[in-house]
Amino acid sequence: MLLDLQGYEGTILAGAWITLEVALLSLLLAVVLGMLGALAKLSSIAFIRWWATLYTTVIRGIPDLILMMLIFFGGQIFINEFNVTLNDWLNEYFAGQNPNHEWTSYLPDYVDVSPFFAGVVTIGFIFGAYMAETFRGAIIAVDKGQLEAARAYGMSSMMVFRRVMFPQMMRHALPGFGNNWLVLLKTTALVSIIGLEDMVKAAGDAGGSTQMPFTFYFVVALIFLVFTAISTSLLNLAEKKYAIVSR
Amino acid sequence: MGFDAIINWFGQIEYFQLLADEWPLYLSGLWTTLWLVAFSLFLGLFIAVPAGIMNNSQNWFVRFPAWAFIYFFRGTPLLIQLFLIYYGAGQFLANNEHPLALLLWPWFQEAWFCALLAFTLNTGAYTAEIVRGSINTMPSGEIEAAKAYGLSRYKIMSRIVLPSAFRRALPAYSNEVIFMLHGSALAGVVTIVDLTGAARIVNSRYYAPFEAFITAGLLYMLTTFVIVFLFKKWEARWHKHLKPLEV
Repeated sequence: MLLDLQGYEGTILAGAWITLEVALLSLLLAVVLGMLGALAKLSSIAFIRWWATLYTTVIRGIPDLILMMLIFFGGQIFINEFNVTLNDWLNEYFAGQNPNHEWTSYLPDYVDVSPFFAGVVTIGFIFGAYMAETFRGAIIAVDKGQLEAARAYGMSSMMVFRRVMFPQMMRHALPGFGNNWLVLLKTTALVSIIGLEDMVKAAGDAGGSTQMPFTFYFVVALIFLVFTAISTSLLNLAEKKYAIVSR
Repeated sequence: MGFDAIINWFGQIEYFQLLADEWPLYLSGLWTTLWLVAFSLFLGLFIAVPAGIMNNSQNWFVRFPAWAFIYFFRGTPLLIQLFLIYYGAGQFLANNEHPLALLLWPWFQEAWFCALLAFTLNTGAYTAEIVRGSINTMPSGEIEAAKAYGLSRYKIMSRIVLPSAFRRALPAYSNEVIFMLHGSALAGVVTIVDLTGAARIVNSRYYAPFEAFITAGLLYMLTTFVIVFLFKKWEARWHKHLKPLEV
């Protein structure tokens, strides 16, 4: 039987759960960064616009794997050197105040960047750039006159956002958001390369010890298809909810 | 150290020393990336055009295989597809005395062949969807006119539908080319020394993740910009007839 998993079902399912966790957490980060990026791109201050454009251009010009390795291997060095510098600086300052000051580590001298953290940060950071483009387009697509009218009715800016901007923005953002999510989901497979025990890694280990790598990778592919199918149907429901209802 | 270190990194003699020592490795990596991507894209077209046309067919038996192929390869991560071929082939081909297995096995033991096959199938599926989309948006009047002129179905396809579809597909296809360039970074995971593979070697040789991966990232970005520029030129050429006349 091709799909006999020989007792590795649990490992694969545990891996699938980690994949899902990475995907959902990075989606959260991506939405926050994307919203900030979109607002920055629409900012009236040229300096902020310039940085947002740099962010989206650099991210879209570099493969995600390179960025992930840069953050995983480089982030470790960067955080540790930063912490050591800050410790030195704080200690020197306190030693200047008090001659009896003893050297203390205010920040940990050594931090281990876990593959999970690096994976979530990288994927969130990458898709933040794509989300920024999607949200920017959606914000622009909302008719300015409606916002002005809402203000003229005396709504607070929070209320304008909630009642006028957000529902219409969602309609324009959802297709792009859905696409980004589907690509993000598939990108999470990369975290196995930096050593996270997601379902790709679990499949690799199981495939190695049972001499059936094809079977296990195929099962992982099927799980990805299931995730995709569920996402697509949920996104369709959401699109229906925010669609223009014509009577 | 710390922030200063990051800022000074590119000013340091060591970085240029590293580049001076390792540029042949980066160049050969870039070359591998370029031919791998170019060949995959070229071969992918031979899958994409028939699959795209088949997926538009009225006949279920013609449509289903194309649909399943496109659905699988667009719905699963490229990494899984690569692993299915690179690690998975052995499950069926290793120690198999069947003449076909004996013929195929040497090929599937070559990492470059597996990468080329995975990339070709992947880009074939994505491009098929682009082809299908641009055939669908074909103005029906043009096809009716061609029918009225008495052109055969084959002639309508080759003289009217496809040339016009290719023209409309060009912007989407340029995205696909960039996507493939970035996706090809995965080749570095299966022992191929492409641009990512070169960066990984440099990182492990010097333990210098910033220098190693930022150099590769910049080369990828440069390649991306060159491709975008070339496609803009190509589009301007193909869409010349749509431009407003100069007075």
